[in-house]
Amino acid sequence: MEKLGKQTIKFNTPPTILDCASIVGPKESQGPLAKYFDQTLDDEFWGEKTWEKAESKIIKETVNTVISKSGVAANEIDCMFAGDLLNQCISSCFGLRELSIPFFGVFGACSTFVESMCLGAMAIEAFANNVLCATSSHFCSAEKQFRFPLELGNQRPPTSQWTVTGSGAAILTKDGQGPYITHITPGKIVDMGIKDANNMGAAMAPAFADTLIAHFLDTGRNPSYYDAIISGDLGHIGKEISIDIAKSQGYNIKSNYNDCGVLIFDKNAQDTHSGGSGCACCGTVFSGYLFKQLKERKMKKILLIATGALTNSTTSQQGETIPGIAHAISIEV
Amino acid sequence: MDVNWANVFDWMMLLKCFVTGGVICIIGQILIDKTKLTPAKILVIFVTAGAVLGGLGIYQYLVDFAGAGATVPLTGFGYNLAKGAIEGVQQSGLVGSFTGGVKAAAGGIAAAVFFGYLASLISKPKMKKQ
Repeated sequence: MEKLGKQTIKFNTPPTILDCASIVGPKESQGPLAKYFDQTLDDEFWGEKTWEKAESKIIKETVNTVISKSGVAANEIDCMFAGDLLNQCISSCFGLRELSIPFFGVFGACSTFVESMCLGAMAIEAFANNVLCATSSHFCSAEKQFRFPLELGNQRPPTSQWTVTGSGAAILTKDGQGPYITHITPGKIVDMGIKDANNMGAAMAPAFADTLIAHFLDTGRNPSYYDAIISGDLGHIGKEISIDIAKSQGYNIKSNYNDCGVLIFDKNAQDTHSGGSGCACCGTVFSGYLFKQLKERKMKKILLIATGALTNSTTSQQGETIPGIAHAISIEV
Repeated sequence: MDVNWANVFDWMMLLKCFVTGGVICIIGQILIDKTKLTPAKILVIFVTAGAVLGGLGIYQYLVDFAGAGATVPLTGFGYNLAKGAIEGVQQSGLVGSFTGGVKAAAGGIAAAVFFGYLASLISKPKMKKQ
């Protein structure tokens, strides 16, 4: 492990992403990426009494799926990094409590999946053989906590994004055949003074651009080095803003850049307004779609930058701004 | 019996009622689409505006003009509160200004609690369609 420039870490023996799993809810099951997910649900409760119980079940079953797919026994996993959007990360805590694997709770809002992989990769370089990284989100539990009760039935403004229901999980291992995590660029907290909780894409885009440019400066790479640069959940509005910010800084990312929140839903057919969001947006799109592209070598080098809005319902009711964060991992086969 | 349906309804009143209620709702929709106001804030603004206009006697003209088109939307609730408070003062003095509003709105408040409870027993919140 060595530090490059201001905030990038390069791995001397890059950890392999051994396997990934994803489970998604009803809306995502009707989206363009449906065929890539391990399991698609047609009921947002999944037979449970509450959305919170359903979200815990989704992350639990996703983790069970990745463990059985990877062939690594649960007791061979040295530790796990997981988090979600609900208060005190209860989806992860409740969903993973029966696993008996040392657990680090992670909160990075919607950047949690990549933050977990950053920490997991460092753990592999430091001491571990196998590390589990997981995250989840649920449209209904997130609306209830961050916006309005669904019983209220209020309208969603055009800038709002749709929290992805689902979970993504990955197992990182020390000795593998790739895809490898070669670099990580942990992001700084960036606050440009956006206050609108219904326009998270605009709040997070500056953080995305900050980490993107830091990654290029630290590694000496440029956008064309990667087959794809993928952001976590900026949505359609945030994607356009990001392209503009990067361009103003001298980086043209228009041709190979896309966003998980744009990819997961069909904007016109599904009426999701500005696209997908939530921890599971990046988690499921990477675990379902992008990982398979890497395995099949349709993509060989990707830069995954998950974005998070560091806000809660109290601060947004008190009129505070929404600080953003973005963590990047460079993955190569 | 031969009923002349054309004369059963006051068609002009129905039209005025529909247009007035519709315009009030359009104002709400514009506020949702064009401002950062949350639905809860818009609700409070509508009720407060109805109370102020009601207290000044302006909203009464709208009620006379459009009937339920003006009393059913949220602003009508505010108008009702103000009207009740004024009547309360006329009947029982200063205390009436505190009790009159809620008295006048009692039917609406109790019905909201009752039907809200009823709905919670027979239905379950679901994921939005859009």
